[in-house]
Amino acid sequence: MKNWLISTAFALAVAMPAVAQDYQPDPNAKPGGGIVVTYKDDVATLDPAIGYDWQNWSMIKSLFDGLMDYVPGTTELRPGLASSYEISGDGTVFTFHLRPGVKFHNGREMTAEDVKYSFDRVTNPTTQSPGAGFFGSILGYDAMADGSATALEGVKVIDPMTVEVTLSRPDATFLHVMALNFASIVPKEAVDAAGADFGKLPVGTGAFKLAEWTIGQRLVFAKNTDYWRPGVPYLDQVTFEVGQEPIVALLRLQNGEVDVPGDGIPPAKFREVMGDPAQAARVVVGGQLQTGYVTMNVKMAPFDKLEVRRAVNMAINKDRIVQIINGRAVPANQPLPPSMPGYTKDYKGYPYDPAGAKALLAEAGLGDGFETELFVMNTDPNPRIAQAIQQDLAGIGVKASIKSLAQANVIAAGGEPDQAPMIWSGGMAWIADFPDPSNFYGPILGCAGAVQGGWNWSWYCNADLDAQATAADSITDPAMVGERMQKWSDVYMAVMRDAPWVPIFNEQRYTMKSKRMGGADALYVDPVSIPVNYDYVFVTDVQ
Amino acid sequence: MAAYLFHRLLQSALILLGVSLITFFLLYALPADPVRQIAGRSATAQTVENIRQQLGLDQPFVVQYWRYLSGLVQGDMGRSYLQKSQVSELIAARLPASLLLMAGAIVFELVLGLTMGVVAALRRGSATDQTLMIASFVGVSAPQFVVGLLLLYVFAVQLGWFPIGGYGTFSHLVLPAATMGILGSGWYSRMMRSSMIEVLRQDYIRTARAKGLARYRVILRHALPNAILPIIAMIGIDVGIFMGGIVVVESVFGWPGIGQLAWQAIQRIDIPIIMGVTLVSACAIVMGNLLADLVTPFIDPRIRLR
Amino acid sequence: MTKASAAEANVVPTPPTALARLARRKMALVGIALIAIAFGGAVFAPWLTPYTPNDQMFDGLTLEGAPMGPSGTFVLGTDLLGRDLLTRILYGARTSLLIGVVANGIALIIGTVFGVTAGYFRGWIGGILMRFTDLMMAFPALLLAITLAAIFQPSLWIVVMVIATVNWVQTARVLYTETTSLAEREFIAAERTLGASNLRILFRHILPHLVPTIIVWGTLGISTTVLLEATLSYLGIGVQPPTPSWGNIIFENQTYFQAAPWLVFFPGGAILILALAFNLVGDALRDVLDPTQRGSE
Repeated sequence: MKNWLISTAFALAVAMPAVAQDYQPDPNAKPGGGIVVTYKDDVATLDPAIGYDWQNWSMIKSLFDGLMDYVPGTTELRPGLASSYEISGDGTVFTFHLRPGVKFHNGREMTAEDVKYSFDRVTNPTTQSPGAGFFGSILGYDAMADGSATALEGVKVIDPMTVEVTLSRPDATFLHVMALNFASIVPKEAVDAAGADFGKLPVGTGAFKLAEWTIGQRLVFAKNTDYWRPGVPYLDQVTFEVGQEPIVALLRLQNGEVDVPGDGIPPAKFREVMGDPAQAARVVVGGQLQTGYVTMNVKMAPFDKLEVRRAVNMAINKDRIVQIINGRAVPANQPLPPSMPGYTKDYKGYPYDPAGAKALLAEAGLGDGFETELFVMNTDPNPRIAQAIQQDLAGIGVKASIKSLAQANVIAAGGEPDQAPMIWSGGMAWIADFPDPSNFYGPILGCAGAVQGGWNWSWYCNADLDAQATAADSITDPAMVGERMQKWSDVYMAVMRDAPWVPIFNEQRYTMKSKRMGGADALYVDPVSIPVNYDYVFVTDVQ
Repeated sequence: MAAYLFHRLLQSALILLGVSLITFFLLYALPADPVRQIAGRSATAQTVENIRQQLGLDQPFVVQYWRYLSGLVQGDMGRSYLQKSQVSELIAARLPASLLLMAGAIVFELVLGLTMGVVAALRRGSATDQTLMIASFVGVSAPQFVVGLLLLYVFAVQLGWFPIGGYGTFSHLVLPAATMGILGSGWYSRMMRSSMIEVLRQDYIRTARAKGLARYRVILRHALPNAILPIIAMIGIDVGIFMGGIVVVESVFGWPGIGQLAWQAIQRIDIPIIMGVTLVSACAIVMGNLLADLVTPFIDPRIRLR
Repeated sequence: MTKASAAEANVVPTPPTALARLARRKMALVGIALIAIAFGGAVFAPWLTPYTPNDQMFDGLTLEGAPMGPSGTFVLGTDLLGRDLLTRILYGARTSLLIGVVANGIALIIGTVFGVTAGYFRGWIGGILMRFTDLMMAFPALLLAITLAAIFQPSLWIVVMVIATVNWVQTARVLYTETTSLAEREFIAAERTLGASNLRILFRHILPHLVPTIIVWGTLGISTTVLLEATLSYLGIGVQPPTPSWGNIIFENQTYFQAAPWLVFFPGGAILILALAFNLVGDALRDVLDPTQRGSE
């Protein structure tokens, strides 16, 4: 009780920040109609605590909601199931006020108890959630993780419409975590009834509900007529057809049978589509919060030498690699992608300069080059990209043999300190979980990731930078966002000076849609809801 | 007869047990860690260990295998690591598609193979015979994925006669069934040819002709049925060959069967699914062989009797 | 000469007669010619083409980065990295032949050991060995190969071992049947009473009779291993790029097969021709060396 009074007092000091310009509804949008989206692989699961692949991420977003949400088509946070919130002065206590009248798909109204249940569930080891770690800053997380508690100490139900979350340390990314799928609110009775099959029988508060799922063939989402956001969704239903090859999907799109090929435009057809003005007009291009990079293991010679790592950075012809993938990416010169806040705009990076690279190698005493191995995932186009990199390296005297393995094997090799000298990250890493620069640091560049089984494949551990990163994430005052972003920019610039990576490219997203689909372009390359924000798109052929 | 059947069934059960043991061991001895796949890229070391414990993957091999077997006996093939669904459910949902594909392949290879064999036998020694036999060799030597891609390209993409992969109607079935059947038709045409030649040499055929029966009548009513009998026994063996082919063919045509399921599972190290599909396939092979062995004794005596 | 009389005379069919009969069969000659071409291409590859197989050439791709079709400069076109396809196919012949022959050789040895041991010694050794063979037969071969290859880090030797593991069963069974019937012959019993050791009997009396079968299955087996290697490489779990293998050329370029079908059909054709060649020769050998077995005669 006393805590609550004190935190409320502090809360008055930090009112809810001014909400970013919220979404302006499209005047052309009319409700009704349905669309067909195709995928090659069957959907794994629709359980928000478990689903973590790029295919089911946006589906789960449409079936469930969290306390926070994003303005459609952007990376700006906005209130979700929490209509407002207060943050204490020290940034450790969040009080969320829930929206009244929100109903689950089974008809029951959502309350604060559901929020507590959902957070306890996702952090409970029995749920086996891959995203449990995101909640690490909540007080009592460690007790949940080692099994000594079954409820999070830091999540308290104040009253049926208010939840208070206490963190063990200030965390500037916490609101983003609240917008993650893992933080979706689920009803206890539906989870209990379905047991381990909740992933096949999802019940949430989202704009759509699951109407049908025929394994291996089709899923159908039906409009939630009781959805708490007025006016949306526009579509009556979304049908996902699975088992469709990308080339088949594209042909069916051209025939008018399919509205969005979920796996994108197949490389073989890319030139044909973009070369035809009628078709190219229906392709939306956007950036992704993704970077493809080559890691150099600083624990394995000769990559422990700074000059060698810099030399490799200068040896790779990124334009040619982009050409190999039909130009569907932009060359990258730093770890963060351009659309990520904190991106350093004027940074030039290491130039493509094979002669200079050779000189650097000579400086390091390796003028005759050396032999090494480049690990890569064995699905197209990654082996081709690896071969292009191999050729570039050969140009400066570095003989890299390619080890093209199954994804799990590359990941396993990267997680050992002495197995993989170089890894091309394509197909495996790294795309941001949420639009914040800290997501690109911790697991893949920070000391915490440089452990056995970790994803910091360059085994780069700079305690100084770790401290700077933590300091940056402690700046929770929304008025000081600029300063925080500057701190992050400094961190990544320091990383580039140490050059444990060679950033190669940032993939662009190309979403093709049928003639009848309407809605702003940004909805079709939504950075969060990939590929399409189903809640806000509409069709133009409704009566 | 009953004793023989019982003996064979017991043997089959033991073989399947052996298959399950070997497969389980191979998957257990994997250098890559399936738990890391499941835990994903944002999991802390603690989360990874928690998941490992939850799935019982920290137990020694014998314990894990025993648990699996106990579940199996009750009809529980475990849950997919990545999808969390019941493996039995996933396989049951996709098995009909694979069975349909196999049925289609059998029909195709029998129709094509037997026709080729009969024609070649009747025109023995001629150019037709030679051509047909070369064709059958080609059928046996062609890699299935190349045949599949070729058929897809010529008949679906260029000519548009059939849909480009997918599932649902008869026309979706034609190309994949043809791809799988071409291999078998090569074998069957040669076997049919030999069998037919052998039958045509028999006395009773000459007798029928001497009696004045029309040639076609003789062939259709006397030669063919006897020539086909040994072929029928072979169909059971085919199952084994099909089981291998479905992975590739279903992948090329996007056919939602257990082959596609297995390939996806192998890439993601989803061990329960790999175990499930391997056992189902082994079961089919063993049953197919058993069927062939049961049918054969019925076939031979009749030929000799006549 | 019938098989029985040959055994009684304790003489293997003399090579010149068999070879002569082989030479009379057109199909066999075609097969041998094709194999010779494949070997020739593999061995003389560096002299047959001005390019190297891993050379990614700037001129090998169009301005937008697409592969080029057959032309004067690139006889069979280029692949998605701008490498000459003909060169890669010629060097790929080395991979396919090497793996095909070696993997099959290993499979043959394993199969012979299993089959002959089980067939000669019978009893419980034979029982166990044959039960194990039955067990291996129950495995869906391709599925097992794919699982093994995907699981272990694929190197050339892993691929060879995986293929060998999956392929020895047929040989074992056939040799088992032949060995059992041979072992029952009177002359074997006679040798035993004379005090000949088992090893001597095996090597001097049994194995020589099995040579024709071994040759036949060895040849036919190469066809199977070539196809299996191609399939594994096609799935991405066989021979790894940049080492060219006909299967992995298709694997790397199949997403483009609509726009550039030559990238699939030239290597595919090569696989077909090589497998066909070994099948033709093997089948002819079967007829020639053992006329009682049905072939295409």
